[in-house]
Amino acid sequence: MVGKPESSNGTAKSGSNQTGSSPPSALPLNLKSDLFSSLSFKTLKLKTKQQELLLRVSILCLIYILAFITRLFSVLRYESMIHEFDPYFNYRTTLFLTQKGFYEFWNWFDSESWYPLGRIIGGTLYPGLMVTAAIIYWVLRFLRFAVHIREVCVLTAPFFASNTTLVAYFFGKEIWDSGAGLVAAALIAICPGYISRSVAGSYDNEGVAIFALLFTFYLFVKAVNTGSLAWALASAFGYFYMVSAWGGYVFIINLIPLYVLVLLITGRYSMRLYVAYNCMYVLGMLLAMQIRFVGFQHVQSGEHMAAMGVFFLIQVFYFLDWVRYLLSDTKLFQAFLRITVTTAVGVGAIALGVGTASGYISPWTGRFYSLLDPTYAKDHIPIIASVSEHQPTAWSSFMFDFHILLFLFPAGLYFCFKRLSDATIFIVMYGLTSMYFAGVMVRLILVATPAVCLISAIAVSATIKNLTQLVRTKSKVPQSGSSKGSGSSKGSSKATVDQSQPFQRNGAIALLLGAFYLLSKYATHCTWVTSEAYSSPSIVLAARGAHGNRVIFDDYREAYFWLRQNTPPDAKVMSWWDYGYQITAMGNRTVIVDNNTWNNTHIATVGRAMSSYEHEAIEIMRSLDVDYVLVVFGGVTGYSSDDINKFLWMVRIGGGVFPVIKEPDYLVNGEYRVDKGAAPKMLNCLMYKLCYYRFGELTTEYGKPPGYDRARGVEIGNKDIKLEYLEEAFTTSNWIVRIYKVKPPNNRW
Amino acid sequence: MEAQMRLGRVALALALAFSIFSNLSLLVTSSSSQDLQIVNAERRIDLTSHIVKVFLTLKIENTGTSPASEVLLAFPPTQVDHLAVLKAAVTAGKRKKKTYLPLDVNPTEVPDAPNETKYFSVSLLNPLNKGETATLEVLYILTHSLEPFPAEISQSESQLVYYRDSAEVLSPYYIKQQTTFIRIPSSKIESFTKVEPTNRASTELKYGPYNDRAPYSFSPILVHFENNNPFAVVEELVREVEISHWGSIQVREHYSLVHAGARHKGVFSRVEYQSRPSVSGAPSFRNLLARLPPRVHSVYYRDDIGNISSSHLRTDYQKSELEIEPRYPLFGGWKATFVIGYGLPLQDFLFESSEGTRYLNFSFGCFLVDTVVDKLIVKVVLPEGSKDPSPVVPFAVEQRLETKYSYLDVVGRTVVVLEKKNVVPEHNNHFQVYYKFNQIFMLAEPLMLTIAFFLFFVASVAYIHIDLSISK
Repeated sequence: MVGKPESSNGTAKSGSNQTGSSPPSALPLNLKSDLFSSLSFKTLKLKTKQQELLLRVSILCLIYILAFITRLFSVLRYESMIHEFDPYFNYRTTLFLTQKGFYEFWNWFDSESWYPLGRIIGGTLYPGLMVTAAIIYWVLRFLRFAVHIREVCVLTAPFFASNTTLVAYFFGKEIWDSGAGLVAAALIAICPGYISRSVAGSYDNEGVAIFALLFTFYLFVKAVNTGSLAWALASAFGYFYMVSAWGGYVFIINLIPLYVLVLLITGRYSMRLYVAYNCMYVLGMLLAMQIRFVGFQHVQSGEHMAAMGVFFLIQVFYFLDWVRYLLSDTKLFQAFLRITVTTAVGVGAIALGVGTASGYISPWTGRFYSLLDPTYAKDHIPIIASVSEHQPTAWSSFMFDFHILLFLFPAGLYFCFKRLSDATIFIVMYGLTSMYFAGVMVRLILVATPAVCLISAIAVSATIKNLTQLVRTKSKVPQSGSSKGSGSSKGSSKATVDQSQPFQRNGAIALLLGAFYLLSKYATHCTWVTSEAYSSPSIVLAARGAHGNRVIFDDYREAYFWLRQNTPPDAKVMSWWDYGYQITAMGNRTVIVDNNTWNNTHIATVGRAMSSYEHEAIEIMRSLDVDYVLVVFGGVTGYSSDDINKFLWMVRIGGGVFPVIKEPDYLVNGEYRVDKGAAPKMLNCLMYKLCYYRFGELTTEYGKPPGYDRARGVEIGNKDIKLEYLEEAFTTSNWIVRIYKVKPPNNRW
Repeated sequence: MEAQMRLGRVALALALAFSIFSNLSLLVTSSSSQDLQIVNAERRIDLTSHIVKVFLTLKIENTGTSPASEVLLAFPPTQVDHLAVLKAAVTAGKRKKKTYLPLDVNPTEVPDAPNETKYFSVSLLNPLNKGETATLEVLYILTHSLEPFPAEISQSESQLVYYRDSAEVLSPYYIKQQTTFIRIPSSKIESFTKVEPTNRASTELKYGPYNDRAPYSFSPILVHFENNNPFAVVEELVREVEISHWGSIQVREHYSLVHAGARHKGVFSRVEYQSRPSVSGAPSFRNLLARLPPRVHSVYYRDDIGNISSSHLRTDYQKSELEIEPRYPLFGGWKATFVIGYGLPLQDFLFESSEGTRYLNFSFGCFLVDTVVDKLIVKVVLPEGSKDPSPVVPFAVEQRLETKYSYLDVVGRTVVVLEKKNVVPEHNNHFQVYYKFNQIFMLAEPLMLTIAFFLFFVASVAYIHIDLSISK
């Protein structure tokens, strides 16, 4: 990853390296410079400072490029396309924004989703991503680069990942030194935890939000370190960008007050902190209110109250400071302090109590609760629990996403504690809190990744720096002897010192090799994970054929394009909410529910229709004006994330609102089956019928009876399915998507 | 532009002169039109695909006194709307050394034409003197002339169509003897009108011979038969040919394809379609063949939502064949839109003529085999800085100029737009676009990029060396 081993004779050795981050001569590790630059050293005779700058800039450039190109696996392997589910919504809105302009976008009422309710898009989304992509698009267009908006959207995430590496460098420099910054940039460039949400095509809020998050933190730490109003202002704008991009801004608005609180408690209150926090909070809050989706939440919602509390607390601190300055009597001040603090806390508590009781301050949302209490969602909000990325994280996925960083993280914490400063306290707090959240939800590994990378970078950088110092003091002798005759006397005097610790140098070299081995393992692991796990668009499925050739299953797009071309433009399509965004974006048809799960009742209605008998379901479908029903079925190809496997969630979500649907009706002795032993209600519900309609006539696998479901490995239980109110309208070539048309009501005579 | 205006004025003057001349000649011929007679007419109608081809052989004799230089061909108005191609040739030489000399065909008006009959006049190479005979070979192609009946069919049915015509050749002349042969794709004929004598061989109907028919005699016939050929119609095809003097031509073709046969009704069952491919969905089609020019490279086939992974390209040094498969099989009434794009080597299509003028020589029609294009728009994007574009097309098209901005363009590229309706594969002739181009413009874009990078480096150097801080 980091080290292209450099020929040591090319670098100049005069003078000691001032930062000591990347000693150029003896150490091959941590250097990234090509032959050209090493040659140019000899000829151009640059000063050490210039050399260091050149090295640093070239390393950063290489990391910048690396971060971009490592995310292009999916483009090379498949095509330049948008991935997964949510990115399709973002793509559709971006397209709308570029075609119709900002005001239309801001006031967009979308009648194509959540039929018949519709959705006010402008007021219910974080526009940061779309506006960013649109601005990039407009700038490129202005510079006469005839790019398509899709290409811009596909490459937005890698571009911002590259920018994140730069921010990581500066952040690392701010909290430790520039060496740690370089290592942090290199680590975060390829860390799988981040790559999982920022490969090309993964056009999602997180892609720009992680950049904004880290940037805001960096600017805030910079502001705290310098006490400069300008940096605080910049961090307020960084916060504004984060608010506009992702709902995860709540993490910032809670972490920063927490950090300030910790500084206050540990007696690190300073004018710098006062300036940084006040400016950042007040301006950030005002700016954030400009985002319609956020609105007045900063003053009205319970999740944002901590920030306000700390804001008032810091005013009290300032006030007390002032009073102490005026009062020379310590005793009097102690008394005054007691009164003031009690009054302040009392007033704060009463205000909070009154605000909550009167409903002015809204209570915490279910999503917030589910973060604090991992079991909350499972009991109360099945719709959150049904999403796979909201599950608690398994150890294996920590290992998968962090690899050696998982071991380096505690080591980095150790170094941070050894050199406590305002900045290291921040990164420690960021690391610890985000690690906790990463444990609660899989997708929040993403938030923890920058912190883990930074802290690990401190560990790597500090360790290697210590070790190289050991090696360098030793190896100076032969080198200086061979290159410079004048330095020989100095070298020999050092050599005598070193002989007192004979094993130290060998030990240091062994440890350096070990570190190099670990880092190279990390690099190979990251590349492997990126290419194997995180680079499939999930809309096109690829499998290996019998002869080792690649088989492409493009059924999703086949079905969506069929919908787009061959159904009436105002047709309404009912499907499970997972496919809503894709149907509106690719199929261009109205859907009943989609991935923006804002209305639980509506989703439950669809879940109820899917889990009812056909004659009951038709009533629901007619009441919703449904023209087509779309189901995803993996029985022919063995594709396991299909609607039958998701069906129990439909039952649960439907049953959560409509008690008519009971989960035990679909289970046999607590077991979920689709074969002959399945529950009768299961065998005759709408979802089962639509998935397995005429499937019983098909032989899917050699040597198995017809109607053998390859995804579940059983022969289906109901092969004689008759549809009364629906008819098959289209089935894709591998049966993955099946579309049914709702027949018009029969004539009465 | 100015040059073009001038050109247009010349063309207008020419057209005026020509029309006056033709009117004069019409006056001459119309007086003698009754003097021509058709000794023998043989018509072969090919209904095997959805494009109707009619081969008409006319043996004409001048029975009048004055020499005749024009022959009129008459069409019923319904056919004229669907007429895509009309070509006439005269045969010369004896059997072995028979050669065809193409003749000019122009639409004309004839006063007091019965039932709005439309006319085309064929100008003969040598005027036909009294008593002489000449043999005319006429080919005309009709599109959208097979009407599916029933108009909606289910997946398991095959497609039946109507063909309407006259048993006798419509002509302003007296016809001594005539025969009509109709070829149909299979032996399944539902019904056909009998105008005695009418014979039916397995896949051929024979009307006639009829003797001594008066001018404008017409006896409508209706043939109802099975035709499961793909009724592939491209409703609109926009072809963009972008010339880069750096060595390649980029072509992008936007298709909106539709199956124009009997509409599909009711269920589409995949299980039926998979297990009984011959019976189920017989009139539907799954793939199409595009014959691209040879030495084609970087071919792509995609639509609004991404790449379509089902296509095969076979290339050799003479031709390139691209077999494309839309995302789903097309049943009657189903549509598919897609884009085919490819690059071609510049030297195969761009040539230099005199005095720095270059011309592009490219094929006009649609490259898809056996398809009708309702509206074809060819856009030739000339390099930035080209002047005086003038297209030369072997048939009548609408022309206009547009401007397009592509990569790093400052003034924009001139786009020559050619538009034609009702295009069949017979229109795959070459057309030329002449333009003037100065070689120096090729360097504009690299220079711009170089300057931009240079400025960037200068800015970086300046940034490093300049101290912007206010306080020291």
